[in-house]
Amino acid sequence: MPDDGPRDILGNPVLVAPPMAMLAELTHRCPLACPYCSNPVELARVQTELSAAEWADIFAQAAAMGVLQVHLSGGEPASRRDLTQIATSARDAGLYVNLITSGIGLTETRLRELDGVVDHVQLSLQGIDAEMADWISGYGGSFSRKMQAVEWIRAIGFPLTLNAVVHRQNLDRLPEMIDLAERLGCRRIEVATVQFHGWADLNRRPLMPTQAQAIRAREVVLAARERLRGRMVIDYVPADHHAAHPKSCMGGWGSTGLNIAPDGVVLPCHAAQTIQSLRFDNARERPLAEIWRDSTAFNAFRGTAWLPEPCQSCDRRELDFGGCRCQAMAVAGDAMVTDPVCTRSPLNARLRAEAEADAASDDTALVYRRMSRELRS
Amino acid sequence: MSRPRISNAAVPYLPRGVRLHDDRVRGIRVLLAPERAMQLDPVGDAILSELNGKRSLAEVILVLCNRYAAPAEQIESDVREFITGLVDRRMVFLAEEGGAGIAADAAKAEVAHAG
Repeated sequence: MPDDGPRDILGNPVLVAPPMAMLAELTHRCPLACPYCSNPVELARVQTELSAAEWADIFAQAAAMGVLQVHLSGGEPASRRDLTQIATSARDAGLYVNLITSGIGLTETRLRELDGVVDHVQLSLQGIDAEMADWISGYGGSFSRKMQAVEWIRAIGFPLTLNAVVHRQNLDRLPEMIDLAERLGCRRIEVATVQFHGWADLNRRPLMPTQAQAIRAREVVLAARERLRGRMVIDYVPADHHAAHPKSCMGGWGSTGLNIAPDGVVLPCHAAQTIQSLRFDNARERPLAEIWRDSTAFNAFRGTAWLPEPCQSCDRRELDFGGCRCQAMAVAGDAMVTDPVCTRSPLNARLRAEAEADAASDDTALVYRRMSRELRS
Repeated sequence: MSRPRISNAAVPYLPRGVRLHDDRVRGIRVLLAPERAMQLDPVGDAILSELNGKRSLAEVILVLCNRYAAPAEQIESDVREFITGLVDRRMVFLAEEGGAGIAADAAKAEVAHAG
């Protein structure tokens, strides 16, 4: 490898493979206010959003780099009036187009425009009924509007995945969520336990699942997978703080996917900006391929050579790559240490004790994700 | 495996949202599906390329037997195993012969919809 090739944060040479998937956060606007939103706590203001033409250029660059699938997300992508134009440019670039939506703000007309443009729709589910869903989303009427959107989606024939985000307040109703997905004719359901970053971290006390819930959820998922084999696929993201091993975040930093924030900032994952020592490039200023291959942020944690102990000598290092950098940052104050979710991290005992204490709380007051009036202008 | 064997008359097809793609950057063939991109080897590509929504499983096997020199039993077991795995993952759907099952699937979806 030449001396000027890409290097990780410690200066070790790294290999760069083409990305497979790209998350396109079209806006941070959203009618909902879910208290675990994956958007950063500091939201991008509306006037900095990329234009449809800028998105078209990014999609073309992404396809040329090897990206196969684009996930149109937000915020709520339907908050963009030019959603059809943006989605069409993604399809025209040759990408598989996945629309990630709450369903709120989608009209029947808009969905018909997207027929033949969007390959697949992924719809969020906050609860099994209006009482739970409207409370969690902070939006009265969200559940009935979502069910209306499902009818249109089904009538047009889009393949549908329900994305159920679970936490202590709704995890006991997981079997009913799976039943609902089946009844709605979904091909897939994703059951994703809240990841306690950003907004969710502000809501640890009301949202942290109990250990008993985490165990029960696993049993429910395994039984449902067996029962529904060949009819519906269940993808499951278990509760982080109750696991023995950390997740391989993004399948490895800078290995398979990239995120574009509404203002064009290119990120290895949606929470990466919490690592303030890294500098992130903007697709408005630098070609995407160059950012992917050469930027210090993407190269920082590529591969395994930079890994600290106990990861470096661990036989799981190629499986989880030391876990989540943002979680290491949030818990340990250092993005370069083992993810504290791992039982081999010196911080694991503290993390578990805190999770247990939060799970035992009877606090139900939610800090909703809201965009200030100033940012909305 | 406790799964019932797929009937020879069943018509396997790629449902909406699942498609074959030429990945020119990596020089491979892939099957694109919701949240999945699966690299296909030449055998997988050959099998899926024969699914046209009209051919039954038996006909797909026959076409491949006529084209490739491998023993028929080998081809049949490869095709069955591959298609069964994709059916389980909802990346291939099955209809009854003649495509009537596709309409039946739609009708079932309508029932579920009403329920």
